[in-house]
Amino acid sequence: MPFNRAEPSPLLPFNDDLALGRAMLARIKEGLADWQRAHGRKLTLMEVCGTHTVALSHSGIRDALRPWVDFRSGPGCPVCVTDQEDIDAMLELATLPGLTVTTFGDMVRVPGSRRNLAQAKAAGADVRIVYSPLEAVDLAQAEPQRQIVFMGIGFETTVPTVAAALRKAVEEGLENFSVYSVHKLAAPVIRQLLQDPELKLDGLILPGHVAAITGRRPFAFVASDFSLPAAVTGFAELDLLGGIQDLLTQYHEGSARVSNCYPRIVREEGNRKAWNLVDRYFTQGDVRWRGLGLLPDSGLVLRPEYRRFDAQQRFPLNLPPAHLPPGCLCGEVLKGKVLPFDCRHFAKSCTPVHPVGPCMVSGEGTCATYYKYERREG
Amino acid sequence: MCLAVPAKVVRILNDFTVEVETFGNHARVNTSLIEQVKLGDYVLVHAGFAIEIVDQDSAQESLALWREMYAVQSS
Repeated sequence: MPFNRAEPSPLLPFNDDLALGRAMLARIKEGLADWQRAHGRKLTLMEVCGTHTVALSHSGIRDALRPWVDFRSGPGCPVCVTDQEDIDAMLELATLPGLTVTTFGDMVRVPGSRRNLAQAKAAGADVRIVYSPLEAVDLAQAEPQRQIVFMGIGFETTVPTVAAALRKAVEEGLENFSVYSVHKLAAPVIRQLLQDPELKLDGLILPGHVAAITGRRPFAFVASDFSLPAAVTGFAELDLLGGIQDLLTQYHEGSARVSNCYPRIVREEGNRKAWNLVDRYFTQGDVRWRGLGLLPDSGLVLRPEYRRFDAQQRFPLNLPPAHLPPGCLCGEVLKGKVLPFDCRHFAKSCTPVHPVGPCMVSGEGTCATYYKYERREG
Repeated sequence: MCLAVPAKVVRILNDFTVEVETFGNHARVNTSLIEQVKLGDYVLVHAGFAIEIVDQDSAQESLALWREMYAVQSS
């Protein structure tokens, strides 16, 4: 069916209303200049979500606001925050006979301690890229003689889709499907970061698509416990500007709240139907994060009654200790402590073609984004 | 990874599958994570699933509010 220009999407202005975007940007620049005069320094904002990292660069907003704002990326790229031990475990699973590892595309080029999944596949392992977790269940049905493991990475946005895949596997009584769950939760890791005295932030741009599922409420602690202004923000150009403008309004008022600046998607209570499904199969548990270590209740693990679908239970592994690539600063980049330019590998020994760490692999990784958009001549 | 795309529902295929369209691309998405959708709704698509219905009234309210705040005519 041809693209029909006669019926443009009513949502298109969020991306392409230039006049409105320019007016918003001009007002934001004035507000930022006022803030800078009052404080004598740049404003430091963290965009927690990797999709925001890309959107801020792709839209040119990061560049336009560079004189006034120091944007710091947070731990919101699922591939990047996955611990080296979990990547090694996936690589080890992929070598087991009769076992197929399924994963989202970003994951296959993430370097493990010795190699990546793409290299394991080239050496004969059965690694398949899926777009949706349901495809992994379809594969388990089509190939009953093989064990199909789905690498469950992602935040609250993605977990309902994995829960829906589990529901199908349970209903079909599949004995050959399991999930290696390294799912992460956004609120606990943000709380952890805000407790770090080294990280000095003036505000947070909160992940709109996580909040689509969880609602705004789980992030309310940012203002109530840390007195930090924050805005749940969407991803189109006007959404980004709207979120930043909301933070400026809060500075102007001297207030701190967690605003919902993405109300066409985010409801106060979130998507209860999706979250109830997650709750049926998963429970909060302690999980490992790159750069942050084991954080209590910061992830989702399978409930005891569904342990038979837990790849970590079904295929116990005895792995040698993981080792990180020497000099790789991914663990610090994802905490907002350093920028990619601070890493000696960046754009030299670490490029999208030969990534040293996961932040250069994922399309949403901070290093990959800065490599693509933020390098300057000289 | 939390990338999600708004797309218009152009066909209802069964109780939990719809066909959506965005910028001329058509895809089948699973609707079991959201409430009942109808033709013409916009849904937010992530990993083969519709994860939320776009509240179009709210979208137009946001745009109208901004246009008023920044004194910009509708384009």
